[in-house]
Order: sequence, then structure tokens, then C-alpha cells
Amino acid sequence: MRNTITIIALLIAGIGVLWAGTDGLQVITAEGARRLVIQEKPKPLPVVLLRDQRGEAFLLQDFQGSHLLVEFIYTRCVTLCSSLGETFEKVSQQIPEEARGSKVNLVSISFDPRDDMADLQAYGERYDAIPNHWRVARVENSQELKQLLDTFGITVIPDRWGNFEHNAAVHFVNRQGYLDKIVDHDPPSITMEALWKRL
Amino acid sequence: MLMRRITLFSEGIYFQAGFGLGLILLLSLPVSRTWLESSLIMHMLVQIPLLALAGWMLGTGLFKNRLLSWNERGIPGLLIALFALLFWMIPRWLDAALSEPLWEVIKFITVPMLIGVPLGISWLRMSGFARAVVWTNGISMLVVLGWLYVAAPVRVCNNYLVNQQEEFGYVAMLLALFIAICWIGLLFFGSWKQPHNHCD
Repeated sequence: MRNTITIIALLIAGIGVLWAGTDGLQVITAEGARRLVIQEKPKPLPVVLLRDQRGEAFLLQDFQGSHLLVEFIYTRCVTLCSSLGETFEKVSQQIPEEARGSKVNLVSISFDPRDDMADLQAYGERYDAIPNHWRVARVENSQELKQLLDTFGITVIPDRWGNFEHNAAVHFVNRQGYLDKIVDHDPPSITMEALWKRL
Repeated sequence: MLMRRITLFSEGIYFQAGFGLGLILLLSLPVSRTWLESSLIMHMLVQIPLLALAGWMLGTGLFKNRLLSWNERGIPGLLIALFALLFWMIPRWLDAALSEPLWEVIKFITVPMLIGVPLGISWLRMSGFARAVVWTNGISMLVVLGWLYVAAPVRVCNNYLVNQQEEFGYVAMLLALFIAICWIGLLFFGSWKQPHNHCD
């Protein structure tokens, strides 16, 4: 009898721990957890000085009042980042002319210290980025870059061949300047649907 | 003579417990942590099993003949170990152990205490059937896990590269194959006498 009770109690406790450990079977990866946390508790962004492909300095806070979509890339990347770039290219084409820059802005931020202005410009041109509503930018200060990546929950690991492994997604910042949604960048229709809901 | 035997016995269990504790300390050195956590394979197939082994030594050394009435046929102990193992196989918490010091500490405590210790004190009390179930399920779980890691292009750990996931998958499947071959060898050539069960 005692054995049965012990076993039942342990089963309940064990299932409870696994349930809690996966937020009710919703997330098993750190990436999933990051998205859920943001959705439940939107995060304000740190004040970080960025410089875009035209050399113009700006802050993410400058876009308050418009919806902001953020991606993290590096320009030498030929895998994930090109699909990130293609997604932004498609989204950017779909945004109605009058909403571009006023209601919706896109920012691709490079985390690679090697990327200079020419690299950003080339990346922008590859995907027809129009700087008025799609900026390709770098963070000048490495301390600030780290702070920004931490806030967004981006883990970047350099590999042996001078490339980076990084988690890729589209980040939504609402009109009040809070990061409040993270979605898969592929297929682009996911990003568009999430965006149309906001407009 | 009797006193001498008792002293030897207690030396034996303290030696075992000391070995377990020493192994935990050795694994928690920054050098060994950096080395064993540098890849997914080392982390999951070397560090965590060694931590569990340390707990096993600690457990059989210190608690072998205690908690008997709570651990009938070793099943409650096995359940604790199983749930703790499942928890540490959730990629999210493996990631957390790498990025947050608190979770690393929790890992170093719970893997020996909740996987190694209960398994160590339960294993010899479990029936041969229960042990066979653990082995066979373990083998098939390793195969499925390995195959998943090879087949799924989704990156499950933010702290590890995708190609490491794939390597882990192959190593896990090889390990399963190795254990299965050992089992078949045991079936054909091993002796099937039950180990003497002191606890019942």
C-alpha cells in the first residue's frame, strides 16, 4: 500500500516537474522559451547607438509610434541571413506605399564587428532595401551590442570558418517601443500575417 | 576478526562515497567544465553520465541499506532517476545550464543526487525484468533520440552548432548499437545467474 502511494506521488510530482519545465508542454527549447517570455511580458529596448548603410546614426527608440521589425544578421552569411534578407525583401514589397517609413519600419542589425558601411550597403542593395524604411545597421560600441543581443535573446557563436551560428527570427517592436513578439522568418507569410494583424 | 571486517566494510563504503564526491569536485573544476561543455556530445554523453556515476558511487556508499521501506523493488528510486533524466534531456534546460550559473549549479546537484543516487540504491533491488526493461527502453530511446537529432534540421540548443547536433545524433545511435551488441553477446555467452540480492 505504502509502495503504491509512493509510486503515485512520484508519478504526479515527476509529471508536474516536466509540465512546469516545458511550460505546459509548450516549449522544449531555449528559443521557444525566449518567444513565450517576450509574448507574455513585452520588453523595453536598451538605448543603443546604431549606424545605417548611409552612415546615419539612429536609435531604435526613434521609431516609436510606428511598428518596427528587427532582424539580426551578418553580411558574409550565405545561409540563414540570406533567407532573413529575402523575408524582409518580400515583406517590404508588400507594405503599402503610404505606410512605409511612417507606419512600418524594418531594421537589419549586424552583429559582426567586421561589417563596415560598405558591407551594409552591399547587403541592402542585394535585397533592394530602401533606406527610408529598411535600414541595415551596425552597433558602434561592442558593449552596447552585447546589451542589445542580450535583450533580444540572440546567441551568436563563431565557428571555425569565420562564420557565425545564430538564432534567426523576426522580432516585432510595438508602437510604444516594446519588443512583444518573435516569429519564424521562414516562410515570410508568417511575418506578414503577424504584421497585418497590427496595422 | 569481526571488528576488522566491520572496519574494512566501512572503509569500503567511505572509499566509494569519497570517490563519488571527488569525481563531482573534479567535474566542477573550470577546466573540466569548459572542456566537457564545449560540445553537445561531451556534455550529454560524458559529463552528465559521469555526474550520474558519481552520484551512484555516493549513493551505494552512503545510503545503500537505508530508506529500504520506501524503495520497494527499487521502483520509486527508478522513477525519481527517470524523471530527473527526462528533465535534463529538455534542450531548454541544457541551454540554461550553459548560459545561467544558477542552472549550472542546479545541474551539478540534481544529476548526481536525483539520477545517480536513486539509481545506485535501486538497481540491485530491481528485478531482472525491471532491469531488462530499463536497458531495452534505454537502447530504443537512444536510437530515436539520435535519429531525431540527425533528421531534424531545427536547432534545439542556442549554445551549440547545428553540425554538433548531427554528430551527437550519430554518436547516440552508435552507442545504442554498441549496447545492443553487448546485450546480444550477454544473451548468447553470458551467465544468467541473478546477482545475489542482499536487500530483499
